[in-house]
Amino acid sequence: MSAVSRRRFLGLIGAGAATAAVGATAAVAVSRDQADALADAVPFFGSHQAGILTPAQDRLHFAAFDLTTERRDDVIRMLRAWTDAAAAMTAGLEVGEFGATAGPYDAPPQDTGEALGLPPSGLTVTIGFGRSLFTDSSGGDRFGLAGHLPAGLIELPTFPGDTLDPARTGGDIYVQACANDPQVAVHAVRNLARLGFGTATVRWSQLGFGRTSSTSAAQATPRNLFGFKDGTANVKAEDPDANTSVWVQPADGPQWMVGGTFGVARRIRMTIETWDRTSLREQEAIFGRTKVDGAPLSGGDEFTEPDFGAMGRDDVPLIAMDSHMRLAHPSRHGGVRMLRRGYNYTDGSDGLGRLDAGLFFLAYQRDVRTSFLPVQQMLARSDTLNEYIRHTGSAVFAVPPGVAEGGYIGQALFEA
Amino acid sequence: MNRSIPILVVAPLVLLAACTDNDTASGSDSIAVTSTDDACRLSTTEAPSGNLVFDVTNDGSEVTEFYLLAEDGLRIIGEVENIGPGLTRQLVVTAGPGTYVTACKPGMVGDGIRAEFTVTDSGAAAPTGEAGALLATATEQYHEFVEHEAEDLLEKTEEFAALYAAGDDDGARALYADARTHWERIEPVAELFGDLDPRLDLREADLAEGEAWTGWHRIEKDLWPPADGYTAATADERAALADQLVADTKELVERVEDLTFTPDQLGNGAKELLDEVATGKVTGEEEAWSHTDLWDFQANVDGARVAFDALAPVVQGKDPELAQMLESRFDDVQAALDQHRKGDGFVLYTDLSPNQVKRLAASVDALAEPLSQLTATVVT
Repeated sequence: MSAVSRRRFLGLIGAGAATAAVGATAAVAVSRDQADALADAVPFFGSHQAGILTPAQDRLHFAAFDLTTERRDDVIRMLRAWTDAAAAMTAGLEVGEFGATAGPYDAPPQDTGEALGLPPSGLTVTIGFGRSLFTDSSGGDRFGLAGHLPAGLIELPTFPGDTLDPARTGGDIYVQACANDPQVAVHAVRNLARLGFGTATVRWSQLGFGRTSSTSAAQATPRNLFGFKDGTANVKAEDPDANTSVWVQPADGPQWMVGGTFGVARRIRMTIETWDRTSLREQEAIFGRTKVDGAPLSGGDEFTEPDFGAMGRDDVPLIAMDSHMRLAHPSRHGGVRMLRRGYNYTDGSDGLGRLDAGLFFLAYQRDVRTSFLPVQQMLARSDTLNEYIRHTGSAVFAVPPGVAEGGYIGQALFEA
Repeated sequence: MNRSIPILVVAPLVLLAACTDNDTASGSDSIAVTSTDDACRLSTTEAPSGNLVFDVTNDGSEVTEFYLLAEDGLRIIGEVENIGPGLTRQLVVTAGPGTYVTACKPGMVGDGIRAEFTVTDSGAAAPTGEAGALLATATEQYHEFVEHEAEDLLEKTEEFAALYAAGDDDGARALYADARTHWERIEPVAELFGDLDPRLDLREADLAEGEAWTGWHRIEKDLWPPADGYTAATADERAALADQLVADTKELVERVEDLTFTPDQLGNGAKELLDEVATGKVTGEEEAWSHTDLWDFQANVDGARVAFDALAPVVQGKDPELAQMLESRFDDVQAALDQHRKGDGFVLYTDLSPNQVKRLAASVDALAEPLSQLTATVVT
């Protein structure tokens, strides 16, 4: 498939080799067809972390970690090791000096090996910090970082209808691994978790399949498990305001977050069995869009701006007042938009013969307080979709900016 | 309870409307209708009797509607409304042989752009002419049921509120599930009132931060308080909660009297009651403190059964198989519930084993699936 096959990555200091490989891949990507492009590498180093504005890949493995150490140096050491390993894996290389098969015969392989022979598959590894990295539950300073807690890294309030499972909520450090091959995404989280033993443990993790958002105008809007195209008004990389909607600007502060972004994850269980018994009329009324192609019920096609004033018979709005699209639309929230990057999930069934399935919602924005928070407050209160969904997991995290080769993710924070 | 207002409250009697898809089975035989600002074009003006499928596309600039009318041009056989510019919707209707009138209504005003439409005899079964009369009877019956239940609810609520306000906790606890039965039987109707429903039936988990909590479940928690971390309501607070509960219930009774029902509301209401069971009762979430979920379960099933029984003569005429399946599945659910009877009521939800819960859930799903076909069957 790809010109770059997975091969051993020589040593943690060899990040340069990874970068060179990335460059070569990027250069030939344009001459390949789209199938091959899905196998290509996404550059890891840069001023922003990859995996945000990157065209959404098809698979996700998201993991929340709790730090088990009390030493700041341990955290830094782990972030360095993660950065090196992520740079290698995103380039399609193996983790460690000896990789999966070349090490001492009596030692376990450094790389777990399940991605051998697979192309980079568009893997991105994005690292974020939870509020609990900065302060513990009683406000204590855990790693000398309390003074650098961004004001925007808030704790979300309890929204009406929340049924959050503590075992799927919160964490000190988050890793979002996205790829076009699920095995590659899982390989990434598995190897980072392995590097973290002694410093961090996995608190919870979530697999996702089938991206539910498009982050590039070149991508078609996919469908969620309700069968609808959602998030059509999502930020796209090509939008003129993409940078200012997503990335923390110099005036926003703190300095170490400039070029970073704030992430929100919500595990949204869908009661899909009752949804499937709902008439198409009601389904479309709830979303405010047609199911067939996602056009607003006021008319046009998917990308036609909805006309919220359009009236049907008896002066009833064509797009219902409590429809999902009307309540979530940027026009209701001062034009503030977020970049949505969610995935469908199915985690088996719930013991009552129903699928535990839904949306693993992921959104990135410059400030949670002016984007996700007010939108969710409105949705939780009024959205007719609430009858068919339950929020069962939650996370808010600060995604620091990217780093240049030789640096490590979070360096600006620890050196601030 | 649900915060949402079912959309059926804004939908007058309308027929099964759906988006077209060329892959659907009906695609090849469907009749294409193109509505513009000044024209109403049909791909054919003649079709064999049976199920007719009109794919109505709005190529105009205004919101449009499409009607199939009886020969007199007055009686509506089927309609599809609120088609925005550029959108396509489907109208599915069962029509016997005869002469009909089609009408596009761009801008939703006037008589529309009309033309004659002929249905030839294909030998397919035609709907009986009685359907309209049967539906009218069904909605009347259901209205009577709702009024009756609302009045019973008020009577029991007054009694319950008095016991609670007077500090007779045992008396209030004994009446709680019984009184709520009358609420749960007509729950989709109560949910039509987006202001009353949360005041009366909001669960703690559905509260927004800073929102005042009133109604049944607030009192429930006070009567079955958690072991620690709970401060009991004062006598004044009890009086206020009791007064509010009675006042809101009175208002519900008044508003119910003014309601009129349409057949789709009966069908959708029955389906919603089963959804309530599936998402709230069978999971034990509704009665988090009293664990009297099975009383609610029974009441929801009662309410759905009454709606179905009212519509049964119509269903019998249109789809006897569906009618028979619903009958037997209702019986199955009842049999499953009856296994957990105790005295005048039921065992507590917390006394059920996981396997028993699973069996109940399976019987609810088995009924809910065909029940979701009820509306489309009676209005098409």
